[in-house]
Amino acid sequence: MFEATAQNRRNRRVEGLFRLLFLWMTCMLILPVALILGVLIVRGGPAISWEFLFTQPINNMTAGGILPALVGTVWLVVVALIASVPVGVAAALYLSEYAPDNRLTRAINLAIINLAGVPSIVHALFGLGAFVIFFRFGTSILAASLTLAIMTLPVVIVATRESLQTVPLAFREACWNMGATRWQTIRKVVLPNSVSGILTGVILEVSRTAGETAPIMFTGAAFFLPFLPQGVLDQTMAMSLHLFVISTQVPDVPEHMPFGVALVLISMVLAMNGISIAFRVYLRGRKKW
Amino acid sequence: MTSSGGSTPATPATEAALAAADPPAAILIEKLSLWYGDFQALFDVDLRVRAGAITSLIGPSGCGKTTLLRSVNRINERLGYVRTTGSIRLWGLNVLDSTVELAQLRKQVGMVFQRPNPLPLSVRDNVLFGTRVHRPNERQPTRGESDRIVEEALREVLLWDELKDSLDRRGTELSLEQQQKLCIARLLPVKPRLLLMDEPCSALDPAGTEAVEELIWKLRGDYTILIVTHNMAQARRASEECVFMLLGEMIEHSDTASMFLNPANSQTAAYIEGRYG
Repeated sequence: MFEATAQNRRNRRVEGLFRLLFLWMTCMLILPVALILGVLIVRGGPAISWEFLFTQPINNMTAGGILPALVGTVWLVVVALIASVPVGVAAALYLSEYAPDNRLTRAINLAIINLAGVPSIVHALFGLGAFVIFFRFGTSILAASLTLAIMTLPVVIVATRESLQTVPLAFREACWNMGATRWQTIRKVVLPNSVSGILTGVILEVSRTAGETAPIMFTGAAFFLPFLPQGVLDQTMAMSLHLFVISTQVPDVPEHMPFGVALVLISMVLAMNGISIAFRVYLRGRKKW
Repeated sequence: MTSSGGSTPATPATEAALAAADPPAAILIEKLSLWYGDFQALFDVDLRVRAGAITSLIGPSGCGKTTLLRSVNRINERLGYVRTTGSIRLWGLNVLDSTVELAQLRKQVGMVFQRPNPLPLSVRDNVLFGTRVHRPNERQPTRGESDRIVEEALREVLLWDELKDSLDRRGTELSLEQQQKLCIARLLPVKPRLLLMDEPCSALDPAGTEAVEELIWKLRGDYTILIVTHNMAQARRASEECVFMLLGEMIEHSDTASMFLNPANSQTAAYIEGRYG
């Protein structure tokens, strides 16, 4: 009465087959990432030194360090954050906490999600037209950062809105029923309980901004500029563009250099993602309901 | 969007009798109709709620008792597609008037929900929330005043002895019974006159239900209490007056004892006997 029938055995075979298939796909996903990291560490590792990180490039970028590009990337990211985070968080707060749930709001939400899919080269051309030419910022950190900010704004809005929505409606109702305004509710209950998610979104955005090349190419990043930027209206070198340049545009660059630049760039991004994950874990541990 | 109805004496005989016996009415609802979009949920409801008493609203699911409760502090309106006609007078003032400040209305009318919903803040901050929200920044309570407010409110809901040493615990970590009592306590510091309760015990175990019912009973007199319940035994135990609703209409209103012993309406009798609902 309990022995397997032919049908049972067939089901078990199919079950095993699918399990194996999905496991294989997962491995295929991890493999390229592991290979990239491995190759970068093996071939770029020897290039990393104190001198590589903290000196100017020399000899037509075939020797020396990457300091201007490193500092430039930090400038670009920080200015882009200052521009995009307040706007993005405010927009998300409006859409999530104030806007009535009607067709217009839904259309705006859909538009924002679609905006996140616009190719970065399109943003680059928009930035060139709007910030460099129309607003006369010239090719500068300001123009490049604003272009990056516009590009990442949808991501910030979506991430913020999603973390606002994780705060249960019951808390908002409790506040409103004690006569609290929307803003009092946001300040005292909604924001304190969603800040971890918002910060995570912001940090992920930072890492994306750091790696973008197209949006800064026409708007503020320089091919070769062995000085540190002094203000937001200066041009600057940037890690991502520097990698592109020494890999494809400059002859006789020793092979370990582009690998070294790529390794530094990816380390920056991974470090920021790591901070974001640690932060999320820490804040989530404190919140209980 | 709203209009005050006339004072046509269309109230049932029982209403007139109650009014004659006990003039001070905390809530006087006249010809209240309410639509959710095209769906009419309330039909010309007339109701007089005695000040300082516990009045329970009973009736089968979908009869409009929660809708009626939620109209009194106007939280229904948040849905956006709600339309109301008629009037709801609290101590003589129509709360449906467009000039009513919702923050002030909700200060006077506290609400307790089915599921306890303390805020994810400390017990202390939960109790102080209302005071902080309603006072301007320059008049926020001092440390000493805060301590007094918290102690007074928690004593009133019989939680002080249990929680006096754990005021920094999160409200959301307490037992459900304590949470629901805390939700009542946080309404009290702003001195509401009316408490609305939407099945306040339905998420609690029998012991919790008993404790919260006792608390509600203790609060009567100091506050006018309007309580929705689908637990008839609870209505019978823990209320002084009882209102039976069916399909959006007010069917019968009398003191609790006589409604359960001697219902005037055959539909009320059928519901109380458990023939439907």
